[in-house]
This record gives sequence, C-alpha cells and structure tokens, in this order.
Amino acid sequence: MKAHGSIRRRLFFQLAGVAAVLSVAFFVVLRGVAERAAEGTQDDILSASATAIADSLRSEDQGVTLELPYAALSMLGTINEDRVFYRVVAAQTTLTGYADLPQSTTTPNLGEPIFATFDYRGEKVRAVSVSRAIGPVSDATNVVVTVAQTRLGLEAISRRITATATGVGVGFFLLATALSLWAARSALKPIERMTDSVTRRGPSDLRPVESNTPAELVPLVAALNSFMARLRASLSQTEDFIAEAAHRVRTPLATVRTQAEITHRKLNKPEHKRAIREMIRAIDESSRSAGQMLDHAMVTFRADSLTVDALDLNAIMADICDRLGPTADLKDIVIQRDFWNSPVTFKGDGILIQAALQNILDNAIKYSPEDSTIIARVDVSGAITMSVTDQGRGFGGVDTNRLTTRYARGANVDEIVGSGLGLTIADEVARAHGGHIEITPNPEGVGACVSIVLPIG
Amino acid sequence: MRFHCITHWLILASALIASPAIAFEIENRRIYSADPERSVLRIISTADLNVFDPILRAFQEQNPGISIDYSVAGTTELMKAIYSEGAIFDLAISSAMDLQTKLANDGFVQSYSSAATATLPTWASWRNQLFAFTQEPAVLIVSDAFFTPDTIPQNRDALIALLRESPERFAGRIGTYDVRRSGLGYLVATQDSRNSEAFWRLMEVMGRLDAKLYCCSGDMIDDVASGKLALAYNVLGSYAVSQQATTNGFHIVELTDFVNVMLRTALIPVNAQNVEGARDMIDFLSVLDTRQDLTSATGLPAINTMSLQENTAFRPIRFGPGLLVFLDQMKRRNFLRNWENSLFQE
Repeated sequence: MKAHGSIRRRLFFQLAGVAAVLSVAFFVVLRGVAERAAEGTQDDILSASATAIADSLRSEDQGVTLELPYAALSMLGTINEDRVFYRVVAAQTTLTGYADLPQSTTTPNLGEPIFATFDYRGEKVRAVSVSRAIGPVSDATNVVVTVAQTRLGLEAISRRITATATGVGVGFFLLATALSLWAARSALKPIERMTDSVTRRGPSDLRPVESNTPAELVPLVAALNSFMARLRASLSQTEDFIAEAAHRVRTPLATVRTQAEITHRKLNKPEHKRAIREMIRAIDESSRSAGQMLDHAMVTFRADSLTVDALDLNAIMADICDRLGPTADLKDIVIQRDFWNSPVTFKGDGILIQAALQNILDNAIKYSPEDSTIIARVDVSGAITMSVTDQGRGFGGVDTNRLTTRYARGANVDEIVGSGLGLTIADEVARAHGGHIEITPNPEGVGACVSIVLPIG
Repeated sequence: MRFHCITHWLILASALIASPAIAFEIENRRIYSADPERSVLRIISTADLNVFDPILRAFQEQNPGISIDYSVAGTTELMKAIYSEGAIFDLAISSAMDLQTKLANDGFVQSYSSAATATLPTWASWRNQLFAFTQEPAVLIVSDAFFTPDTIPQNRDALIALLRESPERFAGRIGTYDVRRSGLGYLVATQDSRNSEAFWRLMEVMGRLDAKLYCCSGDMIDDVASGKLALAYNVLGSYAVSQQATTNGFHIVELTDFVNVMLRTALIPVNAQNVEGARDMIDFLSVLDTRQDLTSATGLPAINTMSLQENTAFRPIRFGPGLLVFLDQMKRRNFLRNWENSLFQE
C-alpha cells in the first residue's frame, strides 16, 4: 500500500493557510484603522489650529487684521517635529503667512474645513482651510485661513504601526500555526489509537473492533468489522473443511490398516510382506497427519473460546505417557517420568494441553533412535515448565522460532514422514494459555528438549 | 577681553567673499588656517570672536586639516544672509532660536544625526536640524554704583515698583535691547510678553524713563559696569558672566518670577559645501558639556538638564512652530508698534 497524501499534513496546511489569511487581514485592518486614527489626529489638530487663527481675525479701520495666537502654531509642535506653513487670505490678497502656499480654489463653507494633501517646498503636506466672514454684514470680507503641516511625524507613526502590526500578525500566525499542528495531531489521535489497538492484536484475533470510535470513523470500522467477520467465517469454514476431510480420511484408513495387517499375516513371501509393511507404515503416517490436522483445527477453534478448568498437570503428563507407552515400547524406548512432587494445579483447557503434550511426546518418540530414553518432566521452579527431552537427532540448527509455523520442519528429517504441525499445535496451545514453548538442545548430550512454559497461577 | 559690536564693524569688501553682491553685513571675520589644509569650514555665527575663539581652536586641534573661516554677524543679518540671499556657509550658529527655527521650518537646513547628537536631551534639538549647545539665561544686570546687594530688585514687579518710585534716579540710566535691530532682543522680548503681562508695564515704565536701546549685550554690560547705566534688562547671562571675570562694578540678577533661557543652536544650511566639516563641528558642540575647559574659558553654559532644574524660574524656550508666531509679518508689525508705543511716549 502506497501512502497517498496525509490527512494530518493537509489539515495542518489548510489550518495554517487560514491562519495566514487571517493574519494578513488582521495586519491590513489594524494598520488601516491605526493610520486613519493618526491621520484623524493630525487633521483635528490642523483644524483646531486653523480655527484658532480664524477666531482671532478681526476687523479694524485699515481692514482685516490678525493677532496670530501663539497656541495656534505651537499646538502643531506638540505631537511631532513637522514643518508648519500657514496663509491667511482676505479678499484674494495674502494678509500674512506663506504667500506661495496653495489654497483650494473653492472657498470652504463657514465652519466646514476643507482638507487637502499636496507637495509644498519639497515635501508632502496636509493642509486644512477654514473661512470666516469678517466685518459688517453688509460689507463682509471673506477670509480663508490655511494651515499646512508636513507628514513626517505621521510617517513615523505609520512605520511604528506597521512594525507593530507586522509583529502582531507574525506572532498570531506562528501561534495559530502551532495550534494547527496540535489540532491536526489531536484530531487524528482516534485513528492512531485504533491503528494501535488493531496492530497489537494477535494474528488470529479476528474479533470486531469495539473501542470508542469517532462518528466519522464508524463507517470505516463497520466495514472493517464486517470484513473481519467474513474472513473469520471463511477461515473457520476452511478449518471445518480440513477437520472434516481429516476425519473422513482417518476412518477408512483404519479399516485399510486392519485389512493390511490381516493380509500381512497371511502372506509368506518376504518381498510381499515387505511391500505390505511399507503400506502399513504409509497408512500410519497418513492417519497420524490427519490426526494432527484434526488436533490443529480443534486447537484453533478452542483457543478462541478457552474453557478454563482446574487441572493437575502431573496427571495430564502421566496420562499422555501412559497413552503413548505402547508406541514407545515398539522401539524399546523408555519414557522416564520426572514429575513435580506435588500436584501442579493450573487453570486451563485440559483437552488442549493434552493435545499439545501428546504431539510433543509423539514427535520425540518418532525422532528417537531405538533403545533410547525420553525424559518427561514437570517442573514448577520459576514458571510451570513441562518438557520432553529426547536423544534424537535434534532440529539440525534450524531457527527454532520458525519451527512453530505451520508445516515447517527440521533440517534433518530425511526419510521420516511428518506434517510439521506438531510444534505449531503445541505453540498455539501454550500461547492461548499465556505461555510459550521453548526449543533447546538436550543439555545432557544429543537430542532436543521441547518445553511448554506456562505462567504460574 | 572686550566684546565688540558696533565699534568693530567690518563692512567687508566683495573681494573677501566669493559672492559678488553682499547685502548682509559682517561684523568681524577671522580665518584659522590649517596646515596642511584638507578643507575649509565656513561658519557664520552671532557669537563674538573672543567668546568663540577657544572652541574654534579646540575643534581645530581635534580635527587637524580643517581651516575655519569664521564670520560674525548679527542675528538678523545671519537670517538675511541664509534666508534671502542664499549666501554659502557650512554652518550657521545663532542664539535667535526663532530665526533658526524659521530656517529649519522653511527648508533651508539639512538634517543630521549621530551618536553625539543623540546625547542631547530632546528639548535641545529640533527635527535633527537644529542642535543646541548652550543654554543662556536672559538676566538683569545692575550697577554697583546704584545698588547695594539688599536693594537689588528680585522680580519684575519689584523692578517696576522701584523704577516708578524714583524716576529721577533712573531717568536715562536704564538700558535694554532695541528689538527692532536685534533678533535676539526680539526673541527675548516676545517670550517675555508671552510669559507675563508685567513685560508691557515694564516697557511703559522704561519708556517714561527714556531707556537707552542697544543692539548687543556687550555694550549694555560695558555701560552698566562703568556706571553709565544703573541697570540693563534682558542681557545675555553668559556674556555677563564671562565679563564679570575681568570687570567689576555690576551684579547679575536672575529674576525669581521667571528667566527666559535661550538655546544657542548650530545648523547646516542645505547649500553647505563642506558638510563633513560642519557635521564634525556639530558633533563637537553637542558634547560641549564634557569639555569643562571650554565652558569655563568661554563662559558659555553647555546643555545640561540638571543645571536647568536647579533653578525653577528657568524657562528654556521650547523649539517648535510656536516660535514662528512672532515672526509672522502682521504679528511682528503689531508687536513692534506696541513696543514703540510703550517706549517712545511723546
């Protein structure tokens, strides 16, 4: 499966993108508002200045005169160090001030200042004009007062605002990005949790996923569960089929074997007898394999729903030794019993443990040379260990972990017929009970030691 | 050491200065040539040569290779030279803050900033164009021939009362600036008029007593010291202090109601040719506070916030467009008319 894109990355980039857009919008708005406020402040002070000048205009005999108030210009110097220009025009002639300062051609209405921005003496200035009618109503002179100020202070404020807005915008973006990262991660936590819980499962655990599932993942989990249910059904069908097949094969084989033995007794010619013996041996192997397949199917089935009984492992081991005693006798093999001196109680499935021990001991007998000893031991020092040690050929240095997989066999089996299921069965039983099997060379010479290790209690 | 003004007016011929048509008047001029000479720094200043000489020599010592061409002119002439006539100078130094402010406001000054200028307190510079390097109070000086220490008036009201009480004693014996001729006098007078109504009463009283009008502080100090005048009002304190070192016969009074403190400023005109030299000089002047030797040699008090705060009556004149108000044609005309009406009573 190739990863195509990443939800987390996409989520993160989308959130970060939104944050970036918001940051820029924030920057633009903040700057706009603050600059308008700064411009407004300058306009207000200019208006106040022009109004103060206009208010001090008065009519005298020689015409309009002006007593320029000190505060009118000094107030302009309070917030910055900008240059200041002014001009007072009465009836189209400059009364005082900077005669070349441009004045708007339209005469401002009374009380309503007109603002303008233009270049004057090499710098951009903001100018305000107010007008007053001075003198007797019948013969009033229209006086226009213009006050202008350069905008360096405003630009400095603007730079400061821009710097602040940039800082705040960038800070907001970084914070939002960090939060996006966290949000993306936390949004995907449930998926990780479910992935974890599915990954942790054993290979044969096909139970439906039942952990807390977010609404968005319910369809996916439902689909997964239904898929697993189908898989389970299909697997159990297969196991059933194998068990059925093994069973069906084993019964006729028994009949065939009986007939073959009868025939063997009747025959006189040695070559005929040998052929029948070969036949019997093959029948035995087939029957044994079928038995193991049955065992395996049974183990798989029972491991899913383990019955828990109080068992005495000494007794089970003894029972198995009894059961396989005749087979061992055929090869003159002595099964030496080395059990724990008191009953070893264990809570588990007795049928499964029997099947496991039977397969291990059966293997040991099969691969042991004639006239040898097999030690069946039950030991409770540390963990519960049930081991079978033979003097056979061992496993030929094959990776012992691999031996527990289905149909895997030792490197030195030669002509000995086998299915490779025995250890698999033992392993599955041990793991179903929370234990494991250990395969080691026989510490007292040739051969191997296979142990089922179970936890105490 | 004497302070000259009218006595040593040098109307320099056109040959002396590059510009062929010289309309502004130069009172004095000295060239401090350097050897070897890398550049020439042309300064126009209102500070008398004798006062400024130690500073110029110290500057030259610190910046070898810069020749200094130092011209002394009155505040009004300095303004005329730069504002109206486009005379070429690298540095203009004047104590007429209002005229300096107008030069800066109207675009005749270039900006400069450096580590040295950054050490100036904010009230001592404007627009990075005007750099103050001295703070000089306008004081009253009284002649010892007329006053004993306990009869000296300590504020303007007391001064007015005193003058009104004994007109026969002070008639023709008081002096002040002729604000029509002296830019500095005009600045102090206008600031006085802003600060207190007592100013106009004082002018009225002075007018009745037939006050003598002067162009410069130096002459007033001379006349008070010699006993020709009983007192002189609005004298540049720094000149009085340095005069006191060599001349007896007068006391300096810092009035307790308020004392205008003028800042002597340097600026670099836009058409300066030796900008580097001018900047070096501004850096040099900005840290004048650290040169105890020069401040004591010249009697010029360097910029120092602490010493300003010692006397609560000190009112340093603030930079800003407010200083342009009294330069307004109409305002100036009205002010001078009022002033003349007060001083010249028929």
